Amino acid sequence: MPTVSMTVNGKAATGNVEGRTLLVQFLRDQLELTGTHIGCDTSQCGACVVHVDGKSVKSCTLLAVQANGAKVTTIEGLARNGDLHPMQAAFKEHHGLQCGYCTPGMVMSAVDLASRNSDPSEQDVREWLEGNICRCTGYHNIVKAVQAGARAMRR
Amino acid sequence: MADTGIGAPVRRKEDFRFLTGRGSYTDDINRHGQTYAYILRSPYAFAKIKKIDTSKAKRAPGVVIVLTGADYAADGKGGIPCGWQIHSKDGSPMIEPPHPPLVADMVRHVGDQVALVIAETKAQARDAAELIEVVYEEMKPIVDTASAAKPGAPQVWPQAKDNTCYDWHLGDKAATDAAFAKAAHVTKLDLVNQRLIANAMEPRAAIAEYDRATGNYTLFTTSQNPHVIRLLMGAFVLQIPESKLRVVAPDVGGGFGSKIFHYAEEAILTWAAGKVGRPIKWTADRSESFTSDAQGRDHVSHAELAMDKDGKFLGLRVSTVANMGAYLSTFAPCVPTYLYGTLLAGVYATPAIYVEVRAVFTNTVPVDAYRGAGRPEATYLLERLVEKAAREMKMDRAELRRKNFIPRDGFPYQTPVALQYDSGDYHSTLDIALKNSDWAGFEKRRAEAKGRGMLRGIGISTYLEACGIAPSAVVGSLGARAGLYETANVRVHPTGSVTVFTGTHSHGQGHETTFAQIVSSTLGITMENIEVVHGDTNKIPFGMGTYGSRSLAVGGSALVKALDKIVTKAKRIAAHLMEASVADIEFKDGVFKVAGTDKTLPFGQVALTAYVPHNYPITELEPGLEETSFYDPLNFTYPGGCHICEVEIDPETGVTKLINFTACDDVGRVINPMIVEGQVHGGLAQGIGQALFERAVYDNASGQLLSGSYMDYCMPRADDLCSFTVSTHNTMCTHNPLGSKGVGEVGAIGSPPAVINAVLDALLPLGVSDITMPASPHRVWQAIQAAKPAKAAE
Repeated sequence: MPTVSMTVNGKAATGNVEGRTLLVQFLRDQLELTGTHIGCDTSQCGACVVHVDGKSVKSCTLLAVQANGAKVTTIEGLARNGDLHPMQAAFKEHHGLQCGYCTPGMVMSAVDLASRNSDPSEQDVREWLEGNICRCTGYHNIVKAVQAGARAMRR
Repeated sequence: MADTGIGAPVRRKEDFRFLTGRGSYTDDINRHGQTYAYILRSPYAFAKIKKIDTSKAKRAPGVVIVLTGADYAADGKGGIPCGWQIHSKDGSPMIEPPHPPLVADMVRHVGDQVALVIAETKAQARDAAELIEVVYEEMKPIVDTASAAKPGAPQVWPQAKDNTCYDWHLGDKAATDAAFAKAAHVTKLDLVNQRLIANAMEPRAAIAEYDRATGNYTLFTTSQNPHVIRLLMGAFVLQIPESKLRVVAPDVGGGFGSKIFHYAEEAILTWAAGKVGRPIKWTADRSESFTSDAQGRDHVSHAELAMDKDGKFLGLRVSTVANMGAYLSTFAPCVPTYLYGTLLAGVYATPAIYVEVRAVFTNTVPVDAYRGAGRPEATYLLERLVEKAAREMKMDRAELRRKNFIPRDGFPYQTPVALQYDSGDYHSTLDIALKNSDWAGFEKRRAEAKGRGMLRGIGISTYLEACGIAPSAVVGSLGARAGLYETANVRVHPTGSVTVFTGTHSHGQGHETTFAQIVSSTLGITMENIEVVHGDTNKIPFGMGTYGSRSLAVGGSALVKALDKIVTKAKRIAAHLMEASVADIEFKDGVFKVAGTDKTLPFGQVALTAYVPHNYPITELEPGLEETSFYDPLNFTYPGGCHICEVEIDPETGVTKLINFTACDDVGRVINPMIVEGQVHGGLAQGIGQALFERAVYDNASGQLLSGSYMDYCMPRADDLCSFTVSTHNTMCTHNPLGSKGVGEVGAIGSPPAVINAVLDALLPLGVSDITMPASPHRVWQAIQAAKPAKAAE
């Protein structure tokens, strides 16, 4: 089995994986980072979004071996010293989550949007999140949270 | 304390763990020595199993055991029970076919469970399943609802003639016929309420384990009601006593009804765990969810509304065929009957109603409750019919509704279809929604859109639902095989912090916050000192779980009753400590006070005394401060309101754009307005999803589910929806201690007809008068094309 090494949430991580092992499976099953979720098998739902080298990717759409040598950030790596990241705080403040299942992917995706567009319009947010499905919130509060989170990240 | 009490938009206690990836969903849990299950499912809709050969699979790497329906039958274990029995018009009980969790001789829908493979890894289990050789003899399936009972249709069950499960009715047929005989106008409508798939974002999962040392079983499962699963699976399927079976529903990623039911996977995993002696984990792929999670809706109906010359409703006649799928899921039979037929009065004082419902078996995934369950079907039928009646009578759509509303002073109101409404104010919710949607300014917006070549439309739905499910005696008389009360246990700890154990289950609803607000309000303690525990049969006395918008109205009421007992006992302790009469003790904001004096005691000191009873009325009162209540509601609760939708359609492409959605709902007492709004938003998205996007499609010839992934089943995305304008105008429920009615389902119930009425309003100038949900671009475009020749001939 191939060996993969990557930096995950600032720490070195190594493991043996099958060629077919997906990045999300490596994160969840071997590194026990279960905050990254799996909601579908067709790369549609976005529950598994993490950052690879600073960009949001669906970790179900990348083989673990493809992330060899990469810097990966998962939802567990976002809060620092127990303080919520501004985007996480905005989701809480604006009730941008209910069951919490899509939330890690939503937040990781939103952080990437905010890094590209620090003042997204409602339409910008809705179009950006096209690849993240939420069944609980109707997106209304997620949109508000992402706009507020993006503004907070500027500060 | 006002900032965390009842009515405050408290930010949720549960959010931190979800936002930081520390939630604990079933698939996040790993047990020592865990194995993995893969379920081989039927690729055919209807076939005989001629032979199953598992020998190669058993020899595959990592395989622990391979089990089939023959093994299950040989062990003498039971089938999945149905929790509700409906009787037909002639008094005969519904046809209740067997529901084996692993089939032995026949598969009846694509996705039926054929074999269970358990291996050291998930990949090994899946690989081994590919080595199982099954010889099927394919049969012609029946999947279409409308044709299932017609002569010549393939028979799903030999005992169910014409595929009929039951042929039920409700209401006064003679009175309704008489009303139609004197009608000045009758509006008629044929409708399809299409099949939907709940699609909670967390796929179903389970971990079963058996402890040989104690003989105890534990099942972790994605459930909305772990005690119900324990009861059904323990007592009826596997014969495990409650005392030996623990069911845990940890963090659950959405349910919307689909996680109420006792599923085959729970039973076969628990059964297999007893054989393997190691924990077994199973997690559904999304494709597997599509063919194994109970689906929703699927009605075909004809409805007629009789009116006098002024548009006053005289009578309503409805005939519906409801699809049950291949087996009866846990609550399936009650959905198109007592959650549908009883709702056909809606918000209107229609004096005579008669409804007939034929439930049919087909070779499709079982159908059961999905957000709203029966009530969206009733609302859609009624509100489409009323809108059409207004067109035909050339009356204002809002005015026709007003004319027929149950008046503000008409409560309690006894409907002709069994329910008695306790409260409501339909005039006000309509007026508020009309104002908030700028109904009066619509024609200007329509004209402006027309100038851009776009078709703008607006539609209303005034709806009502029955939730807070349900009074046990009432549902028992209607065929429920369970009571539908709820429990709460309040444990005050020695230092005054509190743990609440509730039989409801939160899978997005935020009970950990709202229930804590009720405690905070009542006992005057801070949110940090309150924990709400749910989802574990070993911790919680009992519970019927969360569905039918019941958690606050029923579970919250149980909590209020338990808190009442806590305060009563605490007052007696305080009276003893302050050497006063119990009658003189006042309790407010966490402080006990002797009336008319300055003598006070904080709640924490009374709690401590209860556990350190040195100075205590020990001969009259037990030590400790912990109380349990079982609350059985006296009636259903009746949320209602008005939804108004505005859309714009591009006639060139058929694309419908949602411009605005306005809701004014009456949900009774609100504990947390932020959470209430969030619940409405989510319900609206699902209702709008039904109206514009979603549809489970089966191929008639093969019975294959064509919409079996997110590539094919259109889930509403962020860019499909708009922001919503929501508000409440609340009248209090008169029969529960909180006055709360429930909010989980209102959005999904009220919204679909508002959307379709808006679409039809937009298409009216082109001569389109009907459209079937979902109003996809393709269907809208086709409707426009089909209307062209007629319009040109005018």
